[in-house]
Amino acid sequence: MTSNGFEIVVRSLLVACLSLLISLPVAAQEDTNKEIDVKEIVFDHIFDSYEWHITEWGDHPVAIPLPVIVKAEESGWHLFLSSKLHNGHVYQGLYIASEGEYKGKIVEKNSQGVEIRPLDISITKNTFSLLLSSFVLIVIMLSVTRFYKSNKHKKAPGGFIGMMEVVILTIYEDVVIKCVGKDYKRYAPYLLTVFFFVLFNNLMGLIPIFPGGANVTGNIAITLVLSICTFIAINVFGTKEYWKEILWPEVPVWMKLPIPMMPVLELVGIFTKPFALTIRLMANIMAGHAAVLGLTSLVFVTVSMGPTINTSMTIGSVLFCVFMNCIELLVAFIQAYVFTMLSAVFIGLSRVESHHKKKTIE
Amino acid sequence: MSLLQPEAGLLFWMVLSFGVVFFVLAKYAFPVILKMVEERKAYIDNSLKLADETNAQLELLKAEGEKIITKAREEQVTILNDALSLKEQIINEARNEAKAEAAKQLEAVRKQIRKEQADAILEVRSQVAVLAVDIAEKVIRMQLNDKEKHMGMINRLIDEGDNKTMMQ
Repeated sequence: MTSNGFEIVVRSLLVACLSLLISLPVAAQEDTNKEIDVKEIVFDHIFDSYEWHITEWGDHPVAIPLPVIVKAEESGWHLFLSSKLHNGHVYQGLYIASEGEYKGKIVEKNSQGVEIRPLDISITKNTFSLLLSSFVLIVIMLSVTRFYKSNKHKKAPGGFIGMMEVVILTIYEDVVIKCVGKDYKRYAPYLLTVFFFVLFNNLMGLIPIFPGGANVTGNIAITLVLSICTFIAINVFGTKEYWKEILWPEVPVWMKLPIPMMPVLELVGIFTKPFALTIRLMANIMAGHAAVLGLTSLVFVTVSMGPTINTSMTIGSVLFCVFMNCIELLVAFIQAYVFTMLSAVFIGLSRVESHHKKKTIE
Repeated sequence: MSLLQPEAGLLFWMVLSFGVVFFVLAKYAFPVILKMVEERKAYIDNSLKLADETNAQLELLKAEGEKIITKAREEQVTILNDALSLKEQIINEARNEAKAEAAKQLEAVRKQIRKEQADAILEVRSQVAVLAVDIAEKVIRMQLNDKEKHMGMINRLIDEGDNKTMMQ
């Protein structure tokens, strides 16, 4: 049954690769006399956007408009579809900046005629994907839960629920219980939520057709919120011993007084842990997206080099694309696992008991 | 680079959606699943233990059953033996009783026979006496003619009678 689920994922990945191959040439056709800007293609994807761009049909872009929710400084709240702003249109005093500091973002002009950024909580591509995968995650988890609630005979589940159980138990037993220590029950729901949240968004990002393919976990806002949650879990519930080790560690006194070298280092350490979590997840997922897109772009970049090189590069690009997607599938799991595991380890470190107590127990 | 610059809108939505996901999953999903899985684990462990115990008990019962069977067999043998001896005893008793009965009857018969013998003797004796008297009458009638002979005989008879009484 697990292999069945895996097969589905692999198939969807293959479909993903193919559809990327189909969609990009169409995009490239439009400017045959222009050089293909791989950097722009890649960064367009990696950054957020107000509409869900699917492809270009001739000169006409095919995109799903998403709702824009903006609170302008003077005119208050605005709610409209992003299609109103297409091609640099100005709508209700708002437009998408084409250059400058806020390039690609909705801006308005204030009374002095200066471009400013209004409060913008639009449902962007990433937001939409985020909400969708959150919704899917909740639905899936609650349906799994329903099986356990209605299962009075304590039968072992099969199929999809069985697969979910295996994954849940893997994280629970190998990560939560082992890394957190004796308070594992308190942190298990948070760590499991983080794992599945990251995993779902990673996997959704690997599906290149409409509801997936957004670079959600490759966006710093997402990973930042996740690691802030871990930061709170680490420091708010830290034991006295944890704070003592930070503020008055057991090192020679001259390292603490008169210049508190060690405490400063430890305090910096508090912030570097979540920072590392933030950057690691974002960079890994973003790099994966960029690599796949870059490899796919290879096909169109080599068009001008003649048919022989183009053909060989195309074959190579497709093979590499398949390979990269397989790796990304692995990375999607590994990064979710690593994020959860490091969170669990940090939480476990913040739950330290006094050394003297430990010695007496031993 | 804005790559490392979090966007406020996305931050807002991320906090909201992760908050909701965390709230729902941490409250309604994971505790239930983990509890159920743990309960199932405990249930399986218990079942295994129970099965082991039941097996052990079954073995015990089997042994006990065998014990009971062997005991029953032994009892059967003793009962059979008892029955046999009882049978023999009964037969012997019956035989003895029969013997005793037969002896009694024999005795009765003998008594009867003796009595009848005695009766018969008495009768014979009385008849003999009658006969003797008759004969004596006849003899006396015949010999009254001869006085001397008659006297002689009477004397002899008296003597005989005397002898008899003397002898007695």
